[in-house]
Amino acid sequence: MHILCFGLSHHTAPVELREKFAIPDGELAAAAQALAKARGVGEAVIVSTCNRVELYVAAEDPVHGFAAVDEFVAARGTATYGEAFYRLPTGQSLRHLFRVVSGLESMVLGETEILGQVKKAYQAAQQSGATGRHLNKFFQRAFNVAKEVRTNTNITRGSVSVGSVAVELAEKIFGNLARCHVMILGAGEMSELTAGALKARGVKTIFVANRSYDRAAALAQAMAGKAVHFDEWQNEFHDVDILIGSTAAPHHVLTVEKLAPIMRTRRDRPLFCIDLAVPRDIDPAVNGIDGVYLYDIDSLQAIADHSMNTRRGELTICEQMIERHVAEFGEWLTGGGLPAAMRFPSAAPERAKG
Amino acid sequence: MHRLLLVASTFCFLLGFAYTMHELGARVYRHSRLNLFAILTGFLFQTAFLYLRGQSLGRCPLTNLFEVLVFLSWSMVLFYLLIGPAYRLSLLGAFTSPLAFLLQGGALLAPAIDVPSKLRLEPNAWLELHAAISVVAYGAFALACVAGAMYLAQERQLKTHHIHSIFFHMPPIRDLAVANRRLVLAGFGLLTIGLFAGFAMGNVQAHLGKIVWSTGVWLLYAIILLGIFRHKVSGRSVAWLSVAAFSVVLCTLWGLTFITEKGV
Repeated sequence: MHILCFGLSHHTAPVELREKFAIPDGELAAAAQALAKARGVGEAVIVSTCNRVELYVAAEDPVHGFAAVDEFVAARGTATYGEAFYRLPTGQSLRHLFRVVSGLESMVLGETEILGQVKKAYQAAQQSGATGRHLNKFFQRAFNVAKEVRTNTNITRGSVSVGSVAVELAEKIFGNLARCHVMILGAGEMSELTAGALKARGVKTIFVANRSYDRAAALAQAMAGKAVHFDEWQNEFHDVDILIGSTAAPHHVLTVEKLAPIMRTRRDRPLFCIDLAVPRDIDPAVNGIDGVYLYDIDSLQAIADHSMNTRRGELTICEQMIERHVAEFGEWLTGGGLPAAMRFPSAAPERAKG
Repeated sequence: MHRLLLVASTFCFLLGFAYTMHELGARVYRHSRLNLFAILTGFLFQTAFLYLRGQSLGRCPLTNLFEVLVFLSWSMVLFYLLIGPAYRLSLLGAFTSPLAFLLQGGALLAPAIDVPSKLRLEPNAWLELHAAISVVAYGAFALACVAGAMYLAQERQLKTHHIHSIFFHMPPIRDLAVANRRLVLAGFGLLTIGLFAGFAMGNVQAHLGKIVWSTGVWLLYAIILLGIFRHKVSGRSVAWLSVAAFSVVLCTLWGLTFITEKGV
């Protein structure tokens, strides 16, 4: 039995092409069922996300299998020939799905959302009766590979964007953010995004102070927060746990002289300062005050870069794990040893020719 | 037989510590049950050792420095097992194992400290209550010291922006500050009860050295609590004070036992 993969992804195709080829969630089960019934194909699963559309089929003969896939895609009105599409025979298709579910093929290396999407696609196919012994075992193995890779490596470790780094740090300082009050000084795009990420984690209140009160009011309304006149932000500051600075002020808005007396009244209540402004809003010296943790845009970006480098450094270990599973599963699939023709040294998908 | 139990217990703590160090070194530390299992097994061996020792002595096994160190380690592990899961301070175990190992390993490697006490005191319920509660209080102080060390490690990473993989397994710094404060408070409360029991046994003159030392420790922690609740000192200062105060307690314990052996 052969397991084949046909598809395209963000590595090979622009969004304009991906969206033409995409299959809506509601149609996945029926499409997989139709593909599984095609001549030369025994089982099928279709994965369709914003970054990839992939058709996995189990077929006795790879030539007939790919021909059936071509017919299926042509029937949906999409041309399948071109550099954007890859068609992977057994060895490569096993490796490819294991890499996909482990996040190694994702736009953001190590992201975990793809696993949930593949699980949903598999469940839809399974419930419609499009899968059988081979694809069931293949996808279950893929989910186990993803779990093993995540558990035993740092491929998902750390945050890789400025906003998520800020949220992660906030959680390392405060734990549960549900009791935290956030203040935004200066309603810029970055501060809005960061505050939005914090709000998604359930922060209690968001105060917005901006030179233009109307802009502050608009942002506060969008975030179900409270607008504050810029001249009065210090009045609300005693309750604040997380401060996001993003004003266009040419000087430091928050200095040691202003903050030190306030911190003395807060006992062990820390203050997390996120300075996204350039020039900076918060005097770097405030980081020296006990209980104050100051991060500017560069330090947040440096942590994000470090996390991404850590993830990249884990690639070799992840690939070794995946190769072991490819060999084991290939052996099971062929009933003893993967034929040399099915083994491929390259982990990257090979593009279709012609 | 007794010593074998203690050796087994010490080995369990070493195992838990080594496992954590290995995981941290490999940068893939996971919340494994192995460490908790090692600590729990070590605790059971400790308990069996102390029970058998108490049976053979016919009293609470706190008659010399060797026993005090083992009892102290037992109290600290007891506190960890009680509060660790409650506060979800999983890595606290990783920091507790080495201290328990050092206390017991030190006791085992210094046979000179395991000599029968020259003091032949009649078993006295107040005396034993005083000794046992006091050492349990020191267990709380030991764990406060561990939480303080973790706070300082976590704080250093947050301040310097150098995020090590251990960072992701540390509890939130605010939780560490709260745990630290509560452990100091719990230890202080127990020590106060222990001191009252000490005074209740009468014959204060016979134990003057011990009482002066215990009162000194009580005052030390009273000052820390005063700083926490009255002067609102920072979490960082409390962490440093917890580490420093327990270091003082540990260093002076030897001297105290020496004085006690002299019959003060």
